[in-house]
Amino acid sequence: MPLLELKFDKTKCANCKAISCLVKCQYMDLKDKAKAKKEWQKVINGEDSFVLEACTTCYACEEYCPFKNHPFYMIVERQEEKGILPAPRPIVTMWINQCEPVGRFMVGKIEERALSYCFLPQLNALVGGKLFENIAHSSFFGQEFFCNVVYLHYAKMSVIKDRLSKVIENIAKLGMKEVICLHDECYGAFTSLAPAYGIEVPFKPVHYYEFLYNRLRELKDEIKPLNVKAAYQRNCSARLSPQTDHFVDDIFGLIGVERVPREYDRENGLCCAEIIRMARGPAMADELQKKNIDDMLKFGAKYCVFNCPACYDSLAEKVIKAGMDPIHMIDLCRLALGEERGQRPPVEGMPALQVAMEGK
Amino acid sequence: MSEVYDALQKIVGNNYVSNQAEERYFYGRDPGLMPPHEPDYVVMPKTTEEVQEIIKLANREKVPITPKGGGLALTGLVIPLKGGIVMDLKRMDRILEVNEKASYAVVEAGVTHGALKSYLQKYHPRLRHSIPDSPAIATIAANAVIHGQGRLSQQRGFNSDMVSGLEVVLGTGEICRIGSCAVSSSWFSKGPPLPDLSGLFLGWFGSTGVITKLGIKLYPCKKIRDVMLFLTDKADLVPEIIRKLAYTEMIEDIVVTAQPLPLRFKGNFYILLYITGDSEEEIEFKKKMAWGALLVYFESRDGGFVSVTPDMKPAFLAMPSKDTTRFADVSKGGGFEYSGPIAPIDKYPPYLEKLEELAAKYKLFYSSAARVIDGGHSMMFSFSYTFNRANPDEMKRAKAALDEAAKFALEEDGVIWKPNIDEQRMVMEKMDPNTLKVMTSIKHLLDPNRIMNPGNWEAK
Repeated sequence: MPLLELKFDKTKCANCKAISCLVKCQYMDLKDKAKAKKEWQKVINGEDSFVLEACTTCYACEEYCPFKNHPFYMIVERQEEKGILPAPRPIVTMWINQCEPVGRFMVGKIEERALSYCFLPQLNALVGGKLFENIAHSSFFGQEFFCNVVYLHYAKMSVIKDRLSKVIENIAKLGMKEVICLHDECYGAFTSLAPAYGIEVPFKPVHYYEFLYNRLRELKDEIKPLNVKAAYQRNCSARLSPQTDHFVDDIFGLIGVERVPREYDRENGLCCAEIIRMARGPAMADELQKKNIDDMLKFGAKYCVFNCPACYDSLAEKVIKAGMDPIHMIDLCRLALGEERGQRPPVEGMPALQVAMEGK
Repeated sequence: MSEVYDALQKIVGNNYVSNQAEERYFYGRDPGLMPPHEPDYVVMPKTTEEVQEIIKLANREKVPITPKGGGLALTGLVIPLKGGIVMDLKRMDRILEVNEKASYAVVEAGVTHGALKSYLQKYHPRLRHSIPDSPAIATIAANAVIHGQGRLSQQRGFNSDMVSGLEVVLGTGEICRIGSCAVSSSWFSKGPPLPDLSGLFLGWFGSTGVITKLGIKLYPCKKIRDVMLFLTDKADLVPEIIRKLAYTEMIEDIVVTAQPLPLRFKGNFYILLYITGDSEEEIEFKKKMAWGALLVYFESRDGGFVSVTPDMKPAFLAMPSKDTTRFADVSKGGGFEYSGPIAPIDKYPPYLEKLEELAAKYKLFYSSAARVIDGGHSMMFSFSYTFNRANPDEMKRAKAALDEAAKFALEEDGVIWKPNIDEQRMVMEKMDPNTLKVMTSIKHLLDPNRIMNPGNWEAK
């Protein structure tokens, strides 16, 4: 099998005047375009650049690049070539090992459309009710179907290149035409990462936001508008498919939720900081999380709405302590349909740690 | 022998003595790998006086007597090697006193860790005791007798160090109090300022007398308990990491896990740190101290903290941990045993190497959990292997691996914890002869008719 190579066009960068990939970075001070261009050229040329060490792996530059030239994938490639470890080596090892396909997976009764749980068991609590009544049985889960995008955080593009083609093959073998990705890392894998490396995707990936939107329209008569304000926590992998962000507004519009116009949303979204905690330590992570939550509070949001289960795990307790209610997008839609939420918040009248201590 | 049965019936009543095959079968074995040997009688006393009467009877009739708590040591310490009477102490299950101000509890010999935990949570929620990771039916007294460790051992030492007094029926039948309770109504100390006689019974596996009551120290039960998880892939760094964490004096419990499966464990050492606090500020401060202590490994990329998500926490924070039970069924057929030497923490790397070597040699699945004791003065390192009870060959291989592990640990400056009789012999062979002489003299003094759990701690 030929080695997979990133489709990267140097001339696009050479002609770029904006250098948005670095200038817009929220974690590096590269507002000076000349300096940014110089550093970016070093990255492209395979030279040492502080950018490779300073990158927090937030994925945002993938969205910032107006040419879709995959600056972040380039950074990850270069990090790996130079042996730069964005996170401690044992953590990288843990991730590589725990997601290795070992022949243990779950496949439901697959129909033309199927839900991908990827390798996220937390999603099981969310999938239920009217939204999924005709499709919940048609689903699959396990390492065999794990999209591997997480390795972008760990400078391990080689693992993605090694495993992604096989994952796509495994999914294709199930025989569905459409895969509804319940996490947008999967959607990003099939619509951004795979094409960037010339991997064919023989099924149609559908973002679960699109699925939710269409289902809510079908169930429009049953929607009871929530009439609340919500802060939206945009996640790193959403940067791989920014074209899906409008669905947040569309869904909110259907269920009567106001997306508060906070500073750290949309293109300026802040990382949930859990990867940063592991990679950079608690000081930077705590500071970012505080900044993010303070920003949510400014607009009187009742809910903090999550797309990503990992962001939820990272921020839910802190969101509650700040007086808001953390909720996954699917659960928010279920509330609007008069259903119970599927995922229990970590705190219900007692400190979350105490909940854990009691083993509940 | 029926005279013994009749006499036992008179002491405890009809319902609490048996010489039937079912009971003799059950009480003739433990869940480990030592060969079974059936008793002639099983008896379940309710009071100290009944224990006393049974021991006097055993002395008169020269019948061996083996006391039993939960029977979970796995090393055959409750198997009646020479038959006779197994004395099951589970009916002595009263929690007699909890002294909040002096922070101790007095319990009967059959009180389990689970029972005391529940009782304290209900009636004294600001106090707790050191819970081992054995099943909740392990008794507090038996766990102290084997020098067990628990969730407070990193800060407070062996669970036996936390004993604050004993009531014992000697091998001769006299009732004897040990510690402050010998001269006071308070059970606040097992020894000081008196000569510490608790050592005549703790660690002897019932071969010098039967503990009928025990005082156990209690410690603050703070409002919040949390866990941190640090990973490294270098065994050589583990002792240093433990030392740095212990130095902070902030960590309640430290456990280092190594195993090849599930795959997330492969190639790494999982170091679990437990912290408690009455406020989030206290928790955060302790977390920062732990981070600071290990910053050097984070910067070198040799180690790092993994986020413990809310759904992971219940399993990590459960007391006792359910991991042991899960591990016991890895090979299916529900068998597992471990050799757990107590050793200096710097022995972690060679022990780990031996653990893996033996697993490969004997084709066994392995795991190790090393619990830090008393601020890093020592650790319990478990060489754990699973086996299928329906597979005699696998059981044989597991036993061979454990025997080799114990031998190795002894050669490498460790002392075998709760040794089976073969391991006791190995320990006694290596022991300073004068120490052994003292032990032998004590044994003869306290058990002149050699009826107390015979076979254990017996020099040739």
